[in-house]
Amino acid sequence: MIFSIVITGAPYSSQASDSALRYCQSLLNLGHSIHRVFFYADGVHSGSSLAAPPQDESNIPAQWAELAKNHELDLVVCIAAAVRRGIIDADEARRYEKSADNLAQPFALSGLGQLVEAGIVSDRIVTFGA
Amino acid sequence: MTLHTINKTPAESGALKDCLSALSEGDALILIENAVYAAMPAYAELFTRLPGSVQGYLLDADAQARGLQDLNPDFRVIDYDGFVELSCRYQKVVSWF
Repeated sequence: MIFSIVITGAPYSSQASDSALRYCQSLLNLGHSIHRVFFYADGVHSGSSLAAPPQDESNIPAQWAELAKNHELDLVVCIAAAVRRGIIDADEARRYEKSADNLAQPFALSGLGQLVEAGIVSDRIVTFGA
Repeated sequence: MTLHTINKTPAESGALKDCLSALSEGDALILIENAVYAAMPAYAELFTRLPGSVQGYLLDADAQARGLQDLNPDFRVIDYDGFVELSCRYQKVVSWF
């Protein structure tokens, strides 16, 4: 089956991103596929390249990047939710004249249309709320 | 038929109560994250008026992480693979949080 995942909780303040990671690992192991992971509201913080959790704790942004690399996942961060929370890529940094950008690879900023499209293409949408 | 996920304790939010009032015959619910506390015997009363066709599940990893034992036996204990299988078996997954 084709799944898409929505995450609205920030890592380290809610369990949403961690639960979603484990769920995704399980469904990929079972032979299902993931069309898209959509990070919305506070979930956008999973896309920060600047998160530096202690070494003996799980690094959630890095785990998403690793999973995406191994399974060619499309990790989309809602652009409107992200820029207002200070998660920006190089293009947005230029547009808003910011001194730096912090969106980790391979996350991409995009719009809600990507969530709508995921709903059309996927057999199941599973939301992990804050 | 719908799989409902709940991730909050009854004390934290109204998610569980809202979910219980929206359940239909043949649906299932799964307690994840903090919602596993709702499977403590003290909360058993909440679930007594559910339609008999509604099956409850709880996520083992989240119960273990919270050191919970002797939980409400009406809930079947499942792992993430079981959660994924349920997501496939039911036509929709609705998350209450």
